[in-house]
Amino acid sequence: MAMDMELEMVLRPPQLPMPPYPPKMVTLANGKVMVIRQAVREDVPAILKSVHPCLFIERDYYDVVSARVYGELLAWYRYRVKSEYCLLGQVDGYLVGLVNGRLENEKVGMSYHTLAIDRGLRIGSHLFAAKMEYHMEYLNQDQVLVVAESPIGFRRWMVEYPLIETRIPHELGGGDSWVLTRETYFNAKPRLVVGDRPVPQELMDEAMLDIKFADDDTIRERIAGLKGR
Amino acid sequence: MRDVAIIGAGMIPFGRRDEDTLMEMLAYASLKALDDAGLGDKTVDAVYVANMGGGMLQHQSAIASSLVDRLSLLPAAAETIENGPASGASAIKNGLLAVASGYYDYVLVVGGEKMREVTGWRATDFVATMTHPQAEYPYGITLPGMAGMFTRLYMEKHGVTREQLLAVSLKNQEMGTLNPYAHVEMALDRGGIFDSPHSVVNNPVSADPLHLYDLCPVSDGAAAIVICPLEMAKKHNKTPIHIAGFGQATDTQTLQEREDPTDLKAVSLAAQKAFEMAKLKPSDIHVAELHDAFTILEIAESEHVGFFKKGEGGKAAAAGKTRLGGQIPINVSGGLKARGHPVGATGVAQMVDIVWQLRHELPKNRQVKNAQNGLTVNFGGFGNNVLAFVLKRVE
Repeated sequence: MAMDMELEMVLRPPQLPMPPYPPKMVTLANGKVMVIRQAVREDVPAILKSVHPCLFIERDYYDVVSARVYGELLAWYRYRVKSEYCLLGQVDGYLVGLVNGRLENEKVGMSYHTLAIDRGLRIGSHLFAAKMEYHMEYLNQDQVLVVAESPIGFRRWMVEYPLIETRIPHELGGGDSWVLTRETYFNAKPRLVVGDRPVPQELMDEAMLDIKFADDDTIRERIAGLKGR
Repeated sequence: MRDVAIIGAGMIPFGRRDEDTLMEMLAYASLKALDDAGLGDKTVDAVYVANMGGGMLQHQSAIASSLVDRLSLLPAAAETIENGPASGASAIKNGLLAVASGYYDYVLVVGGEKMREVTGWRATDFVATMTHPQAEYPYGITLPGMAGMFTRLYMEKHGVTREQLLAVSLKNQEMGTLNPYAHVEMALDRGGIFDSPHSVVNNPVSADPLHLYDLCPVSDGAAAIVICPLEMAKKHNKTPIHIAGFGQATDTQTLQEREDPTDLKAVSLAAQKAFEMAKLKPSDIHVAELHDAFTILEIAESEHVGFFKKGEGGKAAAAGKTRLGGQIPINVSGGLKARGHPVGATGVAQMVDIVWQLRHELPKNRQVKNAQNGLTVNFGGFGNNVLAFVLKRVE
């Protein structure tokens, strides 16, 4: 059935203007360089292929987080969410993790999820930091509302930054929001936010050309730590 | 007293084993060791199980009795040994004495721990229960905290540098990538954890001056050995490994009560006793597994057992003298740093790795060429209960 564009324009939420996130590169503990860049809507089908195997991993709530990320990215792809963005972490072109979130309004950000596909390298920490950097330094927001769905997330965000507990509901449901303020962010920045810009063109070309993915078994093995079992 | 030898050794991969219970891990490692020993129709007379946290973490006690039943080894005698992170070596010592005395012939010793069932905070707290209940624990001290203070003092007194600690970390994680039983199978890059400004996130301070990659991981795992009199060992399939010497010593529970907190007297005494009994000296050792729960401990222990003079251990590590092919290869398994540290299993796992080394069973990239004698040091508390073993290959 052909899309009724008149109705579609009613269903599509209005988008707030969002300046782009400038890509950066981070040297990881194993010496590999991770490029962090903003995904474009056309990247979504490819990203979902990498998220899909994570839907079946119970460990550390990967199933819950992945299912939600899948839905959030699909909603973005099909114009059913307001002002969403997604940042990707890529090593040698391979997707190793992603973060997403959106703008509640011009001054308040809504953090969605952090999904590290390669583990043990603090990829989640780097990507979450990039997300907060985007909200504070490029979107110029006053605060970001955050919830954690796993103990690891709680330790990494609420404790390490540290975030401030509030009674503000978060749109993911569950626990109330914790908030990152500009003051908290800039205090934490020397400890938690790193990266070099600009990213050399050849690295950007590699990241943009084609998002590479490990196969499903490799992804599951990396996340669930089943190597050698 | 009879001479005692190891005739069977087995281990399961360390790491996070959500799929296994503590009892299953102990059983898997035991079966591997029993199978390796090739006992045939014989069974074991006794089973010693090393475990520190079953009561606290799994709400399970009488673990040895349960394991004997699980393995259908009834009516073998069964005992659980709890001696902090030195539980593994303590269990081996008790098994060794039982065989040496002539009371038992065949003994299974197995160590295991399941620590990843709880959050990292709870695991850290569990390990901290070995600290002094009035003078230390109530003030929030943890083992990493204690190691941080120890490292700072060791740096000041003996000139250890962060670069030297880094050398241990890089070496052991590199070796972990070659060990299929290791928890951490990821090589580190000096730039990523030390030189680059990005290392502030990759390798944050855990307990100043120790950073994340100076600490061993919290692991699940189990390891086992089968021992018997040396004379009987010769009838079995594998090259017997003679437990030629052992030593055990204790020190004050709190570090601050020691005349010199950087002097790990219990390590020195335990090693001296083991060497004397084996009629060997440190320079006769070809491969060693030292208790590197923190990188500083590998350096400090390498000095206290006599491989290097005080103040020289760090330099030796940085110069590559403790690498495979170096003067004295240390922790070729990856050590606690990479193989992991399921506390009750560690002392037994160290022994298993040395047995494989002395039997010359490891792949070339991890085998110390023609190794004849090995040393293990299992370090309990913060050096307040230490066991050392000297092992010899029997041709």
